[in-house]
Amino acid sequence: MGSMQTVTLIPGDGIGPEISTAVMKIFEAAKAPIRWEERNVTAIKGPGGRWMIPPDAKESMDRSKIGLKGPLKTPIAAGHPSMNLLLRKTFDLYANVRPCVSIEGYKTPYTDVNLVTIRENTEGEYSGIEHVIVDGVVQSIKLITENASRRIAEYAFEYARNNQRSSVTAVHKANIMRMSDGLFLRKCREVAENYKDVKFTEMYLDTVCLNMVQDPTQFDVLVMPNLYGDILSDLCAGLIGGLGVTPSGNIGANGVAIFESVHGTAPDIAGLDLANPTALLLSAVMMLRHMGLHDYGNKIQTACFDTIRDKKVLTKDLGGNSKCSEFTADICRRVQDLD
Amino acid sequence: FALYFFLPPPAKYGGRHTVTLIPGDGIGPELLNHVREVFRFSCVPVDFEVVHVNSALETEEDINNAITAIRRNGVALKGNIETKHTMPPSVKSRNNLLRTSLDLYANVMHCQSLPGVQTRHQNIDIMIIRENTEGEYSSLEHENVPGVVESLKIITRNNSLRIAEYAFRLAREKGRRRVTAVHKANIMKLGDGLFLQCCREVASGYPDITFDSMIVDNTTMQLVSKPQQFDVMVMPNLYGNVVSNVCAGLVGGPGLVPGANYGRDYAVFETATRNTGKSIADKNIANPTAMLLAGCMMLDHLKLHDHASSIRNAIFTTMNENRLHTADIGGQGTTSEVVQSVMRIIQSKGQLTAEF
Repeated sequence: MGSMQTVTLIPGDGIGPEISTAVMKIFEAAKAPIRWEERNVTAIKGPGGRWMIPPDAKESMDRSKIGLKGPLKTPIAAGHPSMNLLLRKTFDLYANVRPCVSIEGYKTPYTDVNLVTIRENTEGEYSGIEHVIVDGVVQSIKLITENASRRIAEYAFEYARNNQRSSVTAVHKANIMRMSDGLFLRKCREVAENYKDVKFTEMYLDTVCLNMVQDPTQFDVLVMPNLYGDILSDLCAGLIGGLGVTPSGNIGANGVAIFESVHGTAPDIAGLDLANPTALLLSAVMMLRHMGLHDYGNKIQTACFDTIRDKKVLTKDLGGNSKCSEFTADICRRVQDLD
Repeated sequence: FALYFFLPPPAKYGGRHTVTLIPGDGIGPELLNHVREVFRFSCVPVDFEVVHVNSALETEEDINNAITAIRRNGVALKGNIETKHTMPPSVKSRNNLLRTSLDLYANVMHCQSLPGVQTRHQNIDIMIIRENTEGEYSSLEHENVPGVVESLKIITRNNSLRIAEYAFRLAREKGRRRVTAVHKANIMKLGDGLFLQCCREVASGYPDITFDSMIVDNTTMQLVSKPQQFDVMVMPNLYGNVVSNVCAGLVGGPGLVPGANYGRDYAVFETATRNTGKSIADKNIANPTAMLLAGCMMLDHLKLHDHASSIRNAIFTTMNENRLHTADIGGQGTTSEVVQSVMRIIQSKGQLTAEF
């Protein structure tokens, strides 16, 4: 029984607070050695006019190194960059990792999905650099750098090796974006040379999409630049049942890691005890495994999957009509029984 | 069944049309040969002017010849031209050059579930209209500092209005009720924001058609879980690439869906997902359906509707009733077996045909 470890908890907006509460309850039932430090994240203007996250949130994360985050809202045309983007820039969260595994007991048209999308999370099409050249002509800049490409490729191969995955596929559109995706691809090829134990392939983004919806079992670990990663990781989430059941982790430099649910804030059901905490819970499980607390992670995951498989207290999005608190209570009960 | 009679076609040069044919690489040449075979057999009044484009050459002479030929004939049928990665980045995609030079601004694809093909989802009927000339495919890239590359995505008001107008006009013409704009305006606020705004402007002129929008990542998720909710979709270039490939996969794969690229003055027809299919080339296993249907779309464009319908019906009978399928849709038929079946059905309908 180790000592308590601090985790920065960012409940987020909309349904964020209630699903965070659910996760804390389940962790308490499991007696996981986690001490939660709650912080809020909003965009504030710092000295010099640059947008930043509140200093107390930053200080907490820098100290604890591990974060768990609920959904943050990103309104269109709000004048400040996306909150999630700001978090990523602050902690240099360069890798977004999403394991997509079919959940037994939650049927979708796709069975046996077992892949991981690793998305470069700092540059690419999300550089945020846009200009109106003349009235009616807009230019958005996609940035690809050698360093970021090499770093994400290295992470992908390390991940594959550490998690016993057999292949890494680089996803790109170097036929059209010759220089930018060409650079990305070149770096992936170079890194692959140092990981001969992992098979390396390359595939066009459109071919991946085409094949993914016909036979997702042919894919293992996928590594790609920002936009393609965004689209593909959501596509894969759709295969296993949607964002309500998909975990996600963001790995940064300096040992920082933030795990998050990737669904939206669902303002229409916020505060009504209807939300599904599975995504945040599975992200928290990913977090436990990252911290080496595998036993607790497995216990909580088993309890969660058993509840889903049992189908007695499912939330509306999973096909039932139970409340979030009922779903949570069922998992807590199972976790305690598993002890 | 329909009785076929021949209307004098509004063609040039003695009642026959001339169409540019670009074989391309991979499975392109063999599939286009089959199209020619079926056309010749059905006595279709179309002559093909074949223009080869060598993808191994760095000069743009070949592709410029092809573009000139298309300007002359107005219509083309093409296979995909490979873009070799071993070449320097200055050698741009030939397919892209063709589309931008001829200003083929609208890429149109109609994805429909076919009764004879087994897929995870049924009752899909989506029309995808994709902006085909700008966006991420502007081919404007530069390396300011070694190791730092910028790629420009251009969105203009004119092209966005143009493609939105095309989408709504097509929707109205085909009696479709809903147009969905796909975008990522929450991140690319100016670029996709402009695109979305243009769509909204055009939508206000079509009150009979419902307009809504959806963010691209959510769109792909919805497509793999509930594709039946979509009707007509309009989007910029790259998202169009993703969405059209997802939809093609959902209805059965790249071998089934034809695609069309329309400009103000020219039209070029090809398979919707533009695959080169190098690994299955020359093995007599490729699915000829997509290319044959592209040929039918071309015939409709030339107002040779009777020929188009006759060939199309023969293709669908082969697929849905005879269930003669190639390997990509789970069957064991060869390309030539499918083509022979199509020709046999055309002949059996009592039309004028050439020697078998």
